[in-house]
Amino acid sequence: MAIKVLKPGLATTVQDLGRPGYYHIGIPLSGGMDRHALAAANLLVGNEEGAAVLEAVFMGPELEFTDDALVAITGAELPPKLDGEPRETWTSFKVKRGQKLSFDFLKQGARGYIAIAGGIDVPLVLGSRSTYALGALGGFKGRKLEAGDELPIGKASAPVKDGRIVAKELRGLPAGMPTELRVMPGLYWHRITETAGVGFFGDTWKVAPEADRIGYRFKGGKPLEFVPREPPFGAGSDPSNITDACYPYGSIQVPGGTEPIVLHRDAVSGGGYFMVGTVIAADMDLIGQLQPNTPVKFVKVGMDEALAARKSRAGLLGKLRGALA
Amino acid sequence: MQTRFSYGGDEHIFAEVAESMSLEAFFKGLFVTNAVRDARIKGVTEICPANASYQVKFDPDQIKPDDLLAELKQLDSASETSAPVIKTRIIEIPVLYNDPWTHETLMRFRERHQDPNGTDLEYAARINGLDGVDAFIKAHSSAPWFVSMVGFVAGLPFLYQMVERQRQIQAPKYLRPRTDTPKLTVGHGGCFSCIYSVRGAGGYQMFGITPMPIYDPNQKISYLRDFMCLFKPGDIVKWKPIDRPAYDAAVADVDAGRFAPIIRDVSFSLTEFNNDIDAYNRKLEGVLHGN
Repeated sequence: MAIKVLKPGLATTVQDLGRPGYYHIGIPLSGGMDRHALAAANLLVGNEEGAAVLEAVFMGPELEFTDDALVAITGAELPPKLDGEPRETWTSFKVKRGQKLSFDFLKQGARGYIAIAGGIDVPLVLGSRSTYALGALGGFKGRKLEAGDELPIGKASAPVKDGRIVAKELRGLPAGMPTELRVMPGLYWHRITETAGVGFFGDTWKVAPEADRIGYRFKGGKPLEFVPREPPFGAGSDPSNITDACYPYGSIQVPGGTEPIVLHRDAVSGGGYFMVGTVIAADMDLIGQLQPNTPVKFVKVGMDEALAARKSRAGLLGKLRGALA
Repeated sequence: MQTRFSYGGDEHIFAEVAESMSLEAFFKGLFVTNAVRDARIKGVTEICPANASYQVKFDPDQIKPDDLLAELKQLDSASETSAPVIKTRIIEIPVLYNDPWTHETLMRFRERHQDPNGTDLEYAARINGLDGVDAFIKAHSSAPWFVSMVGFVAGLPFLYQMVERQRQIQAPKYLRPRTDTPKLTVGHGGCFSCIYSVRGAGGYQMFGITPMPIYDPNQKISYLRDFMCLFKPGDIVKWKPIDRPAYDAAVADVDAGRFAPIIRDVSFSLTEFNNDIDAYNRKLEGVLHGN
């Protein structure tokens, strides 16, 4: 069985839970930006949690099914339509052979996850089906979908019934405005002045238009002032330069001290800009659901709070598994 | 050198061996990351050496961050005594300097450059006190370079020139990054050269282009069948300036599947290198050409 791509959407890619183990040669994890929503979509249709799905950003694709299937859409509020008839998000539903799945305009969030029972059956590359578009690696031909593509679908394991719903409190989406992203200061935090550090956590930032799978840029806060120094050999003359180093996932670099960039699943693995700290792992999914112009506050936390948040996020996934078992 | 450690959120430990780039700092990072790999510490998921720093990614559900930090600190201080000798490879990379493709690109982005009226090569020659483009190409290609980091994007090598610091080529990055760089461009920023493994954005000065692919996600290129990225940290690169007919011939060879890069095993001693850099580099070149 296969699905035909009639319209590709804006930047729809095949993603699973990613490709660990190759960051040391510049190949990033990739995988769904909102991993919780990806797992939810899979569990709804009876897939393994990490099966390959479609990640659609801002705008859904239009797909035609060559066989009957069970489908679920999670993540962003990207309302599905089956042959033009509305369907619910976060709810599994049946699709008949020949039917067309399309989407209404995005209402909330940024990325929708489209799971199909059996999973998208593109070849495994370095252990994952995720697309890393910058390196033309994995996914469907190493790129975002185009009209005319035919995506192979795997064989569904045990059939599960349709109409199952993920309750609101198990969806793990950003709550409230501005969205709070918890940050552990560190890395090259000492490069900025105390006043700049206070400003960084005090200011309200907004998601800039340059926000993609590599990283999210933020604007609107005060520029950061640097502690004066002699540039170290190899670093470069700008006060925001460092001798090119590794970039953690979630790390916040601020080129020129003006617009922070949080690196995400398709992160560049290293470079020559200093970083003020790192968004904790538990809050990375939230970033994947932020639209441009969304107000954001960075909230200072320590390791203990980061680990507690991690436990709480894992607990949410545990409840989701229980609910869909 | 006293390594500075920092948590990068709840999943990374970042270690800065030194603020400044040096072969000593690079070697230390390489030794520590090798030791971390050999130690097979439970919960460690990625081990990334960089130019003068390194990073370890871990799963805090499997190992307590403070326990891993203590273990890394121990491995880091134990590596102080390691003899700086590595077994590695020397690889010849043919380069068409001053090629038409990077030239077209650098003209397209001229308003983002420090010197809108010249080329990147002319600019780099001037600010490094070299007498014109030919002298610059000679300075760039006569000594070998260390692959001191692989990353940014898939398989991209950062290269550190193996000469005394006062002879090292330095050049700032573009004033504003370009949105385009030809694939396989040989670039330079700060004290590092690089080879762009894929087409895309970039801020390094552009000096030339190599016909030799270094990254192949489809693994069709003969020497990239085992693994899609050519370079590993610690590899040594020797540029070989070539002319346009040689470039075209190499591209045809790559397309026909008969291009065979020159890659030799070699051992490198930092102590011997520092004793007489030029003599040591001549010896390395001898290994490359089977002398």
